[in-house]
Amino acid sequence: MMTLTILRLMHSSVELLAREVDRRVKEAPGLFKQLPVIVDVSEVAGTDLHADLPGFVELLRTRGLVPIGIRGGDSRFREAAFTAGLSVFSNKHLPDAGDGEREAERESAARSSAESAKRSAPAEAEPRRERAALDEPAPAAGSLTVTQPVRSGQQIYARGTDLVILAAVSPGAEVLADGHVHVYGALNGRALAGVRGNTNARIFCKSFRAELVSIAGIYGLSEQFDASLAGLPAQVSLQGDTLRIERL
Amino acid sequence: MAKIIVVTSGKGGVGKTTTSAAIGVGLAQAGHRTVVVDFDVGLRNLDLIMGVERRVVYDFVNVINNEATLHQALIRDKRVDNLSILAASQTRDKDALTDEGVERVLTELSKDFDYVICDSPAGIERGALMAMYFADEAIVVTNPEVSSVRDSDRILGILSSKTRRAANGQPKVREHLLLTRYSPERVRRGEMLSVDDVKEILAIELLGVIPESQSVLNASNAGIPVILDEESDAGQAYRDAVARLLGEQRPHRFLEPEKKGFLGRLFGS
Repeated sequence: MMTLTILRLMHSSVELLAREVDRRVKEAPGLFKQLPVIVDVSEVAGTDLHADLPGFVELLRTRGLVPIGIRGGDSRFREAAFTAGLSVFSNKHLPDAGDGEREAERESAARSSAESAKRSAPAEAEPRRERAALDEPAPAAGSLTVTQPVRSGQQIYARGTDLVILAAVSPGAEVLADGHVHVYGALNGRALAGVRGNTNARIFCKSFRAELVSIAGIYGLSEQFDASLAGLPAQVSLQGDTLRIERL
Repeated sequence: MAKIIVVTSGKGGVGKTTTSAAIGVGLAQAGHRTVVVDFDVGLRNLDLIMGVERRVVYDFVNVINNEATLHQALIRDKRVDNLSILAASQTRDKDALTDEGVERVLTELSKDFDYVICDSPAGIERGALMAMYFADEAIVVTNPEVSSVRDSDRILGILSSKTRRAANGQPKVREHLLLTRYSPERVRRGEMLSVDDVKEILAIELLGVIPESQSVLNASNAGIPVILDEESDAGQAYRDAVARLLGEQRPHRFLEPEKKGFLGRLFGS
């Protein structure tokens, strides 16, 4: 079985989509590098986005993603996909997802629609909230364990699972996971948990001096952290729309 | 088969070339056939520090381009037996260091020497990457200040992922920390990171601490590697570092401020 990332378009403005993709890619450049994606157009099937599809696909390619096909949409979209060199997937053709994944997909679809409703409000209203445009694949079993220090400039991503680090994370280093992030050393860099939208993900560390922490796209910078927690064991969780950082 | 040691740092001006020269001399004096190779193509300095700049005829790039043999390009040190220098080219740039060329030269050197010391340029571009790619061991030269430590951390990350050993899945490059320009007095005043601070951040084995010293500058200007200055504290600290590199256990010195005499306390700052 293999997991594929689905990029669900919620808006027909190429400009808005491009901005959203750029923001995502900038947040985790390593994550999207050569990531195969299927573009789901079912939400925008009624619009004229098909005319812009080849351009949008090209845009994804220049950002390092590898669009391989589209899903949803009518014959206009299928033709546009053909012109852009993409294949057309029906829902049946998707990699055999377990029931769990289907469930997760529906859930996130519901959330996405809710999000898109919010989107119609001015963009500034919620500048720190990420839109759940990417569906998360079912988390894989186990976790990724790292025993070496994560040095400045390095990036480690635990795709579909938890990340366990048994050493320090240096300033300028970045650790990401679809699940929890555990750092059994000093966390001096950036830590992002639940990067594909898992709001239950948490960050745990032995000594908290992070430059940035993020859970499901909601992030906080070191200048916003309670200085009295610096250097102490701490955990970061998400409560509603706010990050909660507390001593362990 | 020679041991290839890269002297690297990320940041410039921290003492890589001074260290390369000192370690090279120290190893040669201990009886090991040693060659020091300058990878800083375009900004060559090693020949100056080692006082052989007037004897450079052919350089590293000439050998890579098959314009000269290794034998023609190697400069034998006149003060120390067993020591040779391969100078960088001053008229070319780092693109002249081709993967195959560097590998061929290092393989050839490995046959004739026990130690090949690669003096890396600053930065993390081609010259620095080529200097570290074939290394078995690395001496990471760091000054006790935040930006140098950060750059060293970055270099350590690259050492663990972008070397031949990493590519072939061999045991990782052995990393040594060499703290240079250390001033115990300034550490005491809180103006500099302490040895322990740096060790905690970088988490690698400490090869030595070289005190900040006028003798280093004097030695560079005179083209005499500072390790040959037996009187100076920096020279002695380098000697200790070479002994540790060869497996000896020696306590670290020059970590405490110098005790001032009565008059010094009376008139000193």
